[in-house]
Amino acid sequence: MIPEIGLFALIIAFGIAIVQGVVPLVGAARNDATMISLARPAAWAQLLFVSIAYAALTHAFVVHDFSVLYVSRHSNLVQPLMYRISGVWGSHEGSMLLWALILSIWTTAVAIYSRGLPAALMARVLAVMGLISVGFYAFMLWTSNPFERIFPAPADGNALNPLLQDPGLAFHPPMLYMGYVGFSVAFAFAVAALLGGKLDATWARWSRPWTTVAWSFLTFGIALGSWWAYNELGWGGWWFWDPVENASFMPWLVGTALIHSLASTEKRGVFKSWTVLLAILAFSMSLLGTFIVRSGVLVSVHAFATDPSRGVFILIFLCIVIGSSLALYAWRSGSVVSTGRFTWFSRETALLLNNVILLTATTAVFVGTMYPLVVDALGIGKISVGRPYFDTMFALVSMPLILLLGIGPAMRWKSDNSQRIIKSLAIIFAASLSVGIMLPFVIDGVFNIATGLGLAGALWIAITTLQSLYHRIKTSSRLPLSFLGMILAHLGMAMFVAGVTMVMTYHQEKDVRLEPGATYELSGYEFKFIGVKNVDGPNYTAQEGHLEVRDQGEKIADLYPQKRAYSGMGSPMPMTEASVDTNMVRDLYAAMGEQLGDTAWSLRLYYKPMISWIWLGCLFMTVGGVLAVSDRRYRQKRS
Amino acid sequence: MQRFMPLIIFGLLVVLLAVGLTMDPRLVPSPLIGKPAPAFELPLLNGEGVFNSEELKGKITLLNVWASWCYACRQEHEVVKQLARSGMNIVGFNYKDKKQDAQQWLAQLGNPYQVVVADEDGRAAIDWGVYGAPETFLIDKDGIIRHKVIGPVSDQKNFDDLMAVVKEISGDNL
Repeated sequence: MIPEIGLFALIIAFGIAIVQGVVPLVGAARNDATMISLARPAAWAQLLFVSIAYAALTHAFVVHDFSVLYVSRHSNLVQPLMYRISGVWGSHEGSMLLWALILSIWTTAVAIYSRGLPAALMARVLAVMGLISVGFYAFMLWTSNPFERIFPAPADGNALNPLLQDPGLAFHPPMLYMGYVGFSVAFAFAVAALLGGKLDATWARWSRPWTTVAWSFLTFGIALGSWWAYNELGWGGWWFWDPVENASFMPWLVGTALIHSLASTEKRGVFKSWTVLLAILAFSMSLLGTFIVRSGVLVSVHAFATDPSRGVFILIFLCIVIGSSLALYAWRSGSVVSTGRFTWFSRETALLLNNVILLTATTAVFVGTMYPLVVDALGIGKISVGRPYFDTMFALVSMPLILLLGIGPAMRWKSDNSQRIIKSLAIIFAASLSVGIMLPFVIDGVFNIATGLGLAGALWIAITTLQSLYHRIKTSSRLPLSFLGMILAHLGMAMFVAGVTMVMTYHQEKDVRLEPGATYELSGYEFKFIGVKNVDGPNYTAQEGHLEVRDQGEKIADLYPQKRAYSGMGSPMPMTEASVDTNMVRDLYAAMGEQLGDTAWSLRLYYKPMISWIWLGCLFMTVGGVLAVSDRRYRQKRS
Repeated sequence: MQRFMPLIIFGLLVVLLAVGLTMDPRLVPSPLIGKPAPAFELPLLNGEGVFNSEELKGKITLLNVWASWCYACRQEHEVVKQLARSGMNIVGFNYKDKKQDAQQWLAQLGNPYQVVVADEDGRAAIDWGVYGAPETFLIDKDGIIRHKVIGPVSDQKNFDDLMAVVKEISGDNL
């Protein structure tokens, strides 16, 4: 009964979304106050019904209602409560329901916090978001109904993909979706502004905090996913350039360009039509990401459920949303005039360069992700471009970006004196370059130019960022949160660069065969293999290894890597659960390999210097984004 | 004109994606099913010597197409190893790969294969109608291809389908 209520609520939400998408739009065009005023209550009503639907599906998972096909496929009786709740978004149908729920939450948040907005603009924004919702509801109702029943109901279900039974991954999709979907707000504002024909700096001011929040979620979500892959896949890697990872990275890159470009548009009234285009692009990338993940056009580790009929639907949806907004852009953006003037040596130029570099990076990822598809479409065969391409591209793109990151924030708006900048930054540049180049030599006695440049880059970003903080404190009495947010995010970038450089150069990995009692030395750490015992989890049995790690004779850590077999899985797919000892300087990482003979095992041991800096850097960026939107000036305007 | 560029680029992209959708390899049944396995003679990945497809006869065999650049192959590898442990005869078909990368990959993740052949330029794979990696062919005692899995065998449905055919043809002895 409850699943039917869920389905019914979904249908009602679909109906409300249509009303929300159409009526206020017509009202705004006709200047009809009654029709315009419908937008806000419609947003609320939609949220109510989609929440009911979501709660109904969660309920079905919690009480083990296996008569619901989706539940029977992705949970079983022994699955712990946490993974029954997260199982809701463990596969396609539920993920889409979560998408719709999050979109509705964002819509309602806009309805609440943007009361100061002109009524017509507000109506258009909510209507555009409503139309996007319509697409997602239709997608669910026609191709992926999460409430579909089966008869007779099985006594027990299939387990959730064991890869997904990890706290890191349980929260990765909601965070990621908050980011993806959050870009719909900037998109809706941009489209509403194009529709209304009023593309002034106001729309930038309104959409800026929303975009920053979405960006923060996306940053955090991607970092969580990367951290999960590191701990769960047992390969010791943190990024694989997998199509699905790229699908989340592309909106991040465009989103990063967008938050910088919005700053220029809001503060200086420049790049207006460019910013609008970026807002459309950022959300288009999110939709494209969904298409890539859900249609199965690119085969990948992550594409758990794929179905071509869904692909066709999403492609049509993509055409309508992106096609029409780009057409609108082509039609309307001609009338936009940027008002601000600036010289070539100014912060505006620096931000424009930032955008150019980030979009170049996006293009590189895009080409790398889509290239296999092009080759396939031409009938040459399926290929994958893989790591070397992406690593080279990013080394090339990040150099100018890092350089710019040090200079840009130090520059003044409108026009700056190149002598002044050179004077204030030359010493930092020389110092970070020479220290950076020297560092690899200090670490292991070998000069390594690439590593040296990477570390120099990290130092350069960190020192210039701290210098602009120092200047700000010295010259101004107040320190706005938005400025602090930027400082923190840029410092995060420095940490990220440092972490990546260190891990790429100095990581050590070894596959070793060990008998119990035997030891192996890796990077000065002594790993002693104690043995293996059997451990039972709530819904799995595991062989758990035990390793003691000693540093100069002193025991510093115990590692317990596991090899798990989950019950309820038809295919015998053992999962590795790595065990990691982390600190700021290095990670010691062990994963179980194979049993060799009676007692010996093959084990994978890794030494990963400063890898935690990668995620810590992302966390800094996330917190920076949150600080930036907590700034007083946004709160005042909302009242 | 400049304003129309994004729209035009997007249009081209849609065409590409649409073609991509129709190319979904999972929908294409292999015309080779029920036919004798295409002949090949390929060098071994480890060590000297060659392997002739004639040697596939006499035993039920899985021919597992993999490559070190393929992520899904990593994912299915545990299951391939399990199958090997359960007594299945598995021949590895290393597809469009560098010898060194492939050897390192096996050293790291374990080698469940009776024998691994290297098809560096992918010529032999064309005869087998290989779309990409991973793919797995089931060959019976008479050297007839009985089933083909496109994508990882660790996928629940792929695994069940494969096992059903294995059961059907194996009778009493593997």
